[in-house]
Amino acid sequence: MRHTLSILMENESGALSRVAGLFSARGYNIESLNVAVTEDPTLSRLTLVTHANEQVVEQIMKQLNKLIDVVKVVDIAGNSHIERGLMLVKIKASTIDSCISIKQITDIFRGRIIDVNELIYTIQVTGGMDKLRAFIGTLQQEHTILEVVRSGAVGIMRGKHTL
Amino acid sequence: MKLTGAEIFIECLKAEKVDTIFGYPGGAVLFLYDELYKAQDDVHHILARHEQGAIHAAEGYAKSTDKPGVAIVTSGPGATNAVTGIADAYLDSVPLVVFTGQVPRSLIGNDAFQEVDIVGITRPCVKHNYLVTKVEDLASTIKKAFYLATSGRPGPVLVDIPKDLTTDKTEFVYPYEVNIRSYNPTVKGHPKQIKNAVDLILESKKPMIYSGGGVILSHASNDLVEFTQLLGYPITNTLMGLGAYPASDKQYLGMLGMHGTYEANLAMHGSDLVIAIGARFDDRVTGNIEKFCPDAKIIHIDIDPASISKNVVVDVPIVGEVRNILPQLIKELKHRGEKSDQKALAQWWKQIAEWQAEDCLGYIQGDDVIKAQYVVQKFWELTKGDAYVASDVGQHQMWAAQFYRFDKPNRWINSGGLGTMGFGLPAAMGVQVAHPDATVGCITGDGSIQMCIQELTTCKQYDLPLKILNLNNSFLGMVRQWQEFFYDKRYAMVDMTVQPDFVKLAEAYGHVGMRIEKPADVEGAIKEALAMKDRLVFMDFVTQKESNVYPMIPASAGQNEMILV
Ligand SMILES: Cc1ncc(C[n+]2csc(CCOP(=O)(O)OP(=O)(O)O)c2C)c(N)n1
Repeated sequence: MRHTLSILMENESGALSRVAGLFSARGYNIESLNVAVTEDPTLSRLTLVTHANEQVVEQIMKQLNKLIDVVKVVDIAGNSHIERGLMLVKIKASTIDSCISIKQITDIFRGRIIDVNELIYTIQVTGGMDKLRAFIGTLQQEHTILEVVRSGAVGIMRGKHTL
Repeated sequence: MKLTGAEIFIECLKAEKVDTIFGYPGGAVLFLYDELYKAQDDVHHILARHEQGAIHAAEGYAKSTDKPGVAIVTSGPGATNAVTGIADAYLDSVPLVVFTGQVPRSLIGNDAFQEVDIVGITRPCVKHNYLVTKVEDLASTIKKAFYLATSGRPGPVLVDIPKDLTTDKTEFVYPYEVNIRSYNPTVKGHPKQIKNAVDLILESKKPMIYSGGGVILSHASNDLVEFTQLLGYPITNTLMGLGAYPASDKQYLGMLGMHGTYEANLAMHGSDLVIAIGARFDDRVTGNIEKFCPDAKIIHIDIDPASISKNVVVDVPIVGEVRNILPQLIKELKHRGEKSDQKALAQWWKQIAEWQAEDCLGYIQGDDVIKAQYVVQKFWELTKGDAYVASDVGQHQMWAAQFYRFDKPNRWINSGGLGTMGFGLPAAMGVQVAHPDATVGCITGDGSIQMCIQELTTCKQYDLPLKILNLNNSFLGMVRQWQEFFYDKRYAMVDMTVQPDFVKLAEAYGHVGMRIEKPADVEGAIKEALAMKDRLVFMDFVTQKESNVYPMIPASAGQNEMILV
């Protein structure tokens, strides 16, 4: 099962490698990982997506909690929550028609063209992981993608729940 | 007043009441050593002859006392030499604070002379580690290191100190209080879980207490004895837990696990309730996990939530300090004033008595060749079961665990988790430093003893009168045993017939050496050695070459599938 772990940790050098090292040392998988400082400069927030059964994810959370730099861990997939990723796609338009098509697809996915340079378009899309996948799939049917860069998921619980 | 980093280091050691530090100097720690030189009256430095030896000695010191072990080594090779010891302490939850020197800050990351990223190297085998980056942080970091090493589930903490920082100056204030927002170990058992556990205890018909090293680390032996005797249940100790419950008591069934007793393993397998106390269901204990305790409900008491339901799913977990939880359980039991089904319990003891009648540890000492078991048994008798015994790793370790029947905690000093050959001699050294007047034995093998043999010099320098019992079978015996059982006796590279003359070697180091070849001489030799109170005596016992440790649960077998002889 897919789990989205939200981890609050000390914003200190080495903290990230402790988390990443724990996953490799114990053979847990990481689908994506995203980390940045929070509104409190002493804390970073990390969103980590992993696939594991219940027993393994429980062990992962306990092991994470054992790390001295980790302040809090929640599997937000257990609650109603929102996940978003950001993706930048670079694509080359060969004809005027394809320019129109790129614009249309981008609009449908509520993306934005953020740069155009000699028929090279850079598009920004944000959304859930499914949407980002679907966007690439749709573009690929008609166009040649030059480059894709995407963030891992960041997640937050809905309503009054906070970390 | 402003102090230098090196002066602060010493002041912190004093504030933590560190009277002994094990170490080995080098370039990156010169300023620290300069201060250690001046502070010799307060902090006694023991110069090991290899950094691995220094760390194991600090472990021996910690395991035999209620204090953390403290060690200091230089950067680069000094630090990497310490890694085996640090990993050993991590797996056995030994409270240790290890200081490593680091190259000056301006050189970090430049592949400087004797630079290694020791914080990176040790990250997976420490409880926590720090690279101190400014002198203002030094005192608080050291305070945190001691606090982390000794609280919760203990473990090694490493503090890496760049050389240039040791000459920087700052105002010194020792923070006697620490607060780490992410670290609040649970100390008391949850009241609801205490009740649930007592429910299970009272319902059980075939109960079994399985206790481990956590009881010793938590200084809870007395509570364990009270709890066990209140219930009248059978008890087994793990390899790490030996001595937590007195081996001479009638409720004690011996050690469990791969080389545990028949009765302990069968009682585990047949029980309907396992009360695990400060033990972690290690694979050497459980055997094949699929076949482990098929009919038992499980109560698990442990300080570390991550130990719970890691290998075996448990029914009632209780997180907290054993020394708090056992009194909570005792109180609740007394409050209820009930007992479990005593008829069923008597029946259970009858069954156990039948297993005990197998006499699974029986051996026959003939007239010709010395049996290793016999040596350990005689050593136990002649020291009245009251010595500190450190061991190395191999068959001799298992025989020591089986035949030296410990009645007190903190007396059995061994490398259980990592299984580090070379641990025994330096660990014994650390024990003797902590207990100068006690009898400290080191039960070792001809393979293991050669892995840290250089520490014989350290013992000479500091007058540490260890009694070393080398159970010399001219083999890497434990590996040979596996090759005999599972590899059709293809004895791949385990022959140790080429070895030094240990008597001469001991003498060359300034000690007394003895070679004992006949069973009839064993007792006399041990007596003679024990009588030499102020000398280290190296007893080289020529033992049966192809002797095996029994009973044995082969890997992947269940606890009820033991090989008896
Ligand atoms: C540092 C290290 N290397 C290798 C091993 C693997 N090993 C486990 S027991 C053993 C043999 C030990 O031989 P010896 O010390 O002579 O003891 P014996 O088993 O003969 O009593 C070996 C090689 C180990 N545990 N530690």
